[in-house]
Amino acid sequence: MSDVLKIKKPVEEGITEFLKFLLEKNKVKGIFTLRKAGKTDSFSYSLITDVEEIKNAAPLTPIMPANAGQLLSSFTLEDAIKEPIAVVIRPCELRAFVELTKRTQANMENIYLISSTCAGVFPLKSAQNGKFSQLLPKYWEAAKKSEVLASLRPTCTACEHFVPALADITISVVGNKNLTEECSLHLNTSKGEELAQGAPGNKTTEKLNDKELAQLKELRLKEREKLFASVNDKNLGLAGLVKTFAPCLSCHGCRQVCPICFCTLCDFDSKTHEDTASHYQSELNQKGGARVPSGTIFFHTGRMIHMAVSCVNCGMCSDVCPADIPVATLFSMVGESLQKLFDYLPGRDLEEPAPSETFIENEFAGLGE
Amino acid sequence: MEKEYTPQIIGFLCTWCSYTGADLAGVSRLQIPPSIRVIRLMCSGRIDPLFVTKAFISGSDGVMMMGCHPGDCHYQKGNYYTRRRYKTINSVFESLHLDTERIFLSWVSASEGVKYAHVTKEFSDKITGLGPNPVKKEIFL
Repeated sequence: MSDVLKIKKPVEEGITEFLKFLLEKNKVKGIFTLRKAGKTDSFSYSLITDVEEIKNAAPLTPIMPANAGQLLSSFTLEDAIKEPIAVVIRPCELRAFVELTKRTQANMENIYLISSTCAGVFPLKSAQNGKFSQLLPKYWEAAKKSEVLASLRPTCTACEHFVPALADITISVVGNKNLTEECSLHLNTSKGEELAQGAPGNKTTEKLNDKELAQLKELRLKEREKLFASVNDKNLGLAGLVKTFAPCLSCHGCRQVCPICFCTLCDFDSKTHEDTASHYQSELNQKGGARVPSGTIFFHTGRMIHMAVSCVNCGMCSDVCPADIPVATLFSMVGESLQKLFDYLPGRDLEEPAPSETFIENEFAGLGE
Repeated sequence: MEKEYTPQIIGFLCTWCSYTGADLAGVSRLQIPPSIRVIRLMCSGRIDPLFVTKAFISGSDGVMMMGCHPGDCHYQKGNYYTRRRYKTINSVFESLHLDTERIFLSWVSASEGVKYAHVTKEFSDKITGLGPNPVKKEIFL
């Protein structure tokens, strides 16, 4: 049970009004949220400090131009932000933010976390044909009924962690039948309650709609099975991987948008992996040919070994891939087995160290003896 | 007569235990398979998983990771991380349906020359049985 603030407005308007209230009453100095930018269907994350600007905020728009966890890290890397801000982000973005904070790449101080039970986002491409707004009624309808829309990002259709774990305020979206009439803000922490003090709307006590959430989870798990079945022996194994990654341009875009890949200089960009003429010559001599650019499978497996254990399944990598390689599906699959192995869930707990940074003395007994 | 197939195996050995153990095996005149190429590191904790992946993808038939027994690390805890890394590599390879049998982890202390000779022979025999690493035939990796 938690305190709930109910604002008698459709969920998107309601949350916008709440954000406006926060700025007006000086509870926070800025709001970090999605904002309509320029032409229609164009959205970007922005830090809004002007109350006037709030009318352009689009906090729950189902699109993810970048993983907000990564963006928040970019301005809290050196130091905590000095004045309080509120951020409206999705559960996977929040988990990424937690993972980065754990790795001292971000700072959570002075940040109020507002998240929602997430119904998923659309692929970025769907916001490029001018028909994005036509998708929205269906989206909200599906969210209300806890259904899975097939046109969402593939990783979203298969995501089981859509309830934010560490948010101060959770907006009830999934399975909320009153979505179009009222906006329910669940105040999970004392920070959240402090934020909502004096806000317009009624306060009650209520639980999150467990039944509907469980229903969606079941559907999503089924989708997950289907998604994983789509990468089978044909795309796995050595010969399969060669085919899967054949169209890879080595643009490293998947790494660029990945919230967990935070290294300033990636090992794969370093001199270590720069191929010289002699490398290609020896490939020619030994095998009679070589792929240029080389090392795509090495890059992807290497990246998986390095960070798949912390993969939050946001799906950015697949979304930006110009060659349509199912990078996110592979990462989800590899990540799931790694997370099971180390009994770890990225972003679940701020105090829980990442598996690569810790060990248990007597684990894996008998190995190597 | 066709030349007998000798695999190429890369071994990453920590200097304090496994490398010294290998040295002891040599000094004791034990038979060590000629297929092993040793790379000496200060600690098995220095084995970046990328070393192993690169060796594998570049066509070595087997990769060995060797260090001190858990609890005996010269730097207290390096090999605990190695153990997790080995498990990570193993799990990723398994998920991708790659050949996990070609990656091998063993703890060999400075006094275990006999064990070194034994495990290397066993691993080398196993790899000989598996045959050459299929990546050798894949041109467009």
